[in-house]
Amino acid sequence: MAEVTLVVDGTTVTMPDGSTILDACRALDNNQPTLCYLDNLTPVNVCRVCVVEVEGNRTLVPSCSRPVEEGMEVATDSDRVRHSRKMVYEFLASSVDLDLVDEETVAWMDHYGCDPDRYGPPADPAHDRDRRKAGHHQIGPGTEAETVHQPVKVDNELYVRDYSRCILCYKCVEACGEDAQNTFAIAVAGRGFDARISTEFDTGLTDSACVFCGNCIGVCPTGALMFRSEHELRLAGMWEEDDQTVTRTVCSYCGVGCNLDLHVQDNRIVKVTSPMDHSVTSGHLCIKGRFGYEYVQEVGDLAVTPIDDILRRARIDDRGRYPRPDSRA
Amino acid sequence: MSAEPTTAERSAVDAFLGPPTPSEDGEPAHSGDRRVAFGGYRRSMESRHMLLPALHAVNDAVGWVSAGALNYICERLQVPPAEAYGVAGFYALLSLEERPARVAHVCDDVACRTMGGAELLEGLEGRPDVHPSPCLGQCDQAPAVFFQRAGEEDTVEVGATYDRVVEVLEGGSVREVPPIAPQAGDPSLRLLKRIGLVDPTSLAGYRDTGGYQPLARAVAMGPEQVIAEVKMSDLRGRGGAAFPMGIKWEAVARSPDMPHYLICNADESEPGTFKDRVIMEDDPFAVIESMTIAGLAVGAERGYLYIRAEYPLAQSRLQNAIDLARAAGLLGEDVAGSGCSFEIEIRRGGGAYICGEETALMNSIEGKRGEPRNKPPFPTQVGLFGRPTVINNVETLINVLDIVLEGGAAFAEIGTGASTGPKLFCLAGAVARPGVYEVEFGRTLGELIDLAGGVTGSGRIGAVMLGGAAGLFVGEDHLDMPLTFEDARARNATLGSGVVLVFDDRTDFRDTSRRIAQFFRDESCGQCVPCRVGTVRQEELLARHLGGEPLDRDLFEEVARVMVDASICGLGHTASTAIRSVIDLGLLERSRG
Repeated sequence: MAEVTLVVDGTTVTMPDGSTILDACRALDNNQPTLCYLDNLTPVNVCRVCVVEVEGNRTLVPSCSRPVEEGMEVATDSDRVRHSRKMVYEFLASSVDLDLVDEETVAWMDHYGCDPDRYGPPADPAHDRDRRKAGHHQIGPGTEAETVHQPVKVDNELYVRDYSRCILCYKCVEACGEDAQNTFAIAVAGRGFDARISTEFDTGLTDSACVFCGNCIGVCPTGALMFRSEHELRLAGMWEEDDQTVTRTVCSYCGVGCNLDLHVQDNRIVKVTSPMDHSVTSGHLCIKGRFGYEYVQEVGDLAVTPIDDILRRARIDDRGRYPRPDSRA
Repeated sequence: MSAEPTTAERSAVDAFLGPPTPSEDGEPAHSGDRRVAFGGYRRSMESRHMLLPALHAVNDAVGWVSAGALNYICERLQVPPAEAYGVAGFYALLSLEERPARVAHVCDDVACRTMGGAELLEGLEGRPDVHPSPCLGQCDQAPAVFFQRAGEEDTVEVGATYDRVVEVLEGGSVREVPPIAPQAGDPSLRLLKRIGLVDPTSLAGYRDTGGYQPLARAVAMGPEQVIAEVKMSDLRGRGGAAFPMGIKWEAVARSPDMPHYLICNADESEPGTFKDRVIMEDDPFAVIESMTIAGLAVGAERGYLYIRAEYPLAQSRLQNAIDLARAAGLLGEDVAGSGCSFEIEIRRGGGAYICGEETALMNSIEGKRGEPRNKPPFPTQVGLFGRPTVINNVETLINVLDIVLEGGAAFAEIGTGASTGPKLFCLAGAVARPGVYEVEFGRTLGELIDLAGGVTGSGRIGAVMLGGAAGLFVGEDHLDMPLTFEDARARNATLGSGVVLVFDDRTDFRDTSRRIAQFFRDESCGQCVPCRVGTVRQEELLARHLGGEPLDRDLFEEVARVMVDASICGLGHTASTAIRSVIDLGLLERSRG
């Protein structure tokens, strides 16, 4: 394969043709922030937090998707780059609830000196975001910073959608669509600041094409998509991530051999993930591997734990009904 | 979501797509579950580009797109309903909620709002069938109202009044007005020579005035020579970016990747711009002939003319021109004896400024949300349907008629050295004779305003908006600026789309700048963070200032800078320029009280 030589922050690096600037940075252990980029999804380059300055380009370019070119000169820490990254993080932090982002993102925000408060106090949650029309918004006095805050969508027993935390990175849409599941239950709807992830006509998930594989949860970087169990435990103030163990096992449902990471708190499985680098799953699972673990802890001889009540609450559906008998097996 | 279409909705879709074939409509394809796509990925990809026209078909016939109608379209086209919903909701003119059969979109954008549009809208406020609208491209006849009428054609009323709007909403029809052609009869006109003089619906009339001689010449010359002439003409794109047209054409013509596509960008939506509308309405054959020459030159067999939905008259005249040209052998197989085939299809936008951005336009044609693509790759490499594509705006394209006829070298003599050819400008606002004016590059801003009869209102210029909302405001000190690409660049101005919108010194620029901030927030596609949030923060910042707080100029610049540096497309790149120029000219202070 042909090779391309370029310079990143003064260091020369040779990469296979077709690599991205981000690949080149990684080859140099030159860590770059990303939000909408994930190794197992097609780059959409929408968050713009990975932008870098390339000599000869009028604007900054997204390193996650710009292919390297011979002789390219890349600066990842210029004034312009630092400014844009700071602003992107500030724009998101001032409009979205970022409490649950990973530590690396928090560190980057500190690194760039983000101050989301300077846009004013955040506006109250809105209840009409799913009905907003393209091209028409209400103009306020500007004294509050507009946000995407809104009520959590709880419409099934398996996972919730808290779009107050959504940075619109498109990852869930990609995982639901061509990059993994090919279900296409969700898409970006609306326009501009009112753009949002939605099913058709904002119908509930149980009424949509969703197959509850949970692959959208697996790729969500901000906790906007969350196991119902985690959601209820957090609401109750009983989510103790530090006390959880993670046990890797192989899914027992079929012969594919998907690896599962069982997240266990108080001897109860509270969440299931799959390692992103696993050759079989690339982090993706099906409904059985992701959610079909209840039988493990329904044997009847387990001691009652403090979180059992909460987990039972997680299985109440949106109409207040307890789970159907057949949902146990 | 299981919702069934009504009979009317089903017929509207079937009238457009044709009746369903047994394989589409038989068992077991449904089994009552309309969410599931059975046609396979490939068929879905092949029919996806019909999504926007199909949504239009229902919206036109019934007035809105219900869940049942959306499901039926999705079933016919094998598009996932969530995606179709996302596409439909991207466009301001497609309604996903039931609404009155007749709806008025009243322009309250920068031009119309100072010419009675703001008062008109205020008077109509509270009516469920009235919505404010961004620029409708009728600035020379402000205020303008665009009507959507379920079961009937869309229509536009210019010089609108309260009574007239109510009358049309209650079943009346709009008034037809003759074209505004302030230069009609001037023998030096090239682009506007037929406007107001030649019947735009008659192929014979077009031919009698020299029409289709350029195509005959182009066929005789052959594609390579046509491209050589275009390159020699040094014609630069009139859409705002001023990119040399010949380079695009050559790149596509030489690409081994087939098929090639041609797109005429007629999504003229830049506030203050209406020149392409005038050409399309009153010289539609010129557009069709130019596209045909371009298509043959770059080896495309299909051309798309993407026109904004707010131009219904232009659309019907263009369709008539296409039909007559095809019947005369000037489109279709073996165009004008060339041995090549070329077809033109009109595609209608849905009310989205961003779809004038070339890659957003391509996504829109492909049935996706009109979100711009990251560049590179450029459209000449990976364009419509992933193929090499030439995309030119209407005004740019029609220059090719004279280039072919007179030769590129002669054309390059017109204008100035770096800005060749004639140029159209949209004069509106506080001028005596608003309209589209054609001049050679090099006339000054002041001369142009004089050509339009000088400043009205107070008679004193407050500021001139150059190049649209994506352009900027200049003061009287720019009246001596020659209107060329190079002079504009030298003075940090832009010609943009040719907007020369004149405001007198009594204008409330606080109101104007607020509207521009609102415009960019409304029209941002929402894809990238800098623009999606930046346009909101910019509007809030300005609103705080207009509410009495001191302007946080540093923060304004910080917001502007990230939009310029890190946005995906030109919308974000230009979202601050006009507002910054209003601030810098001191117009906000001057407009106070």
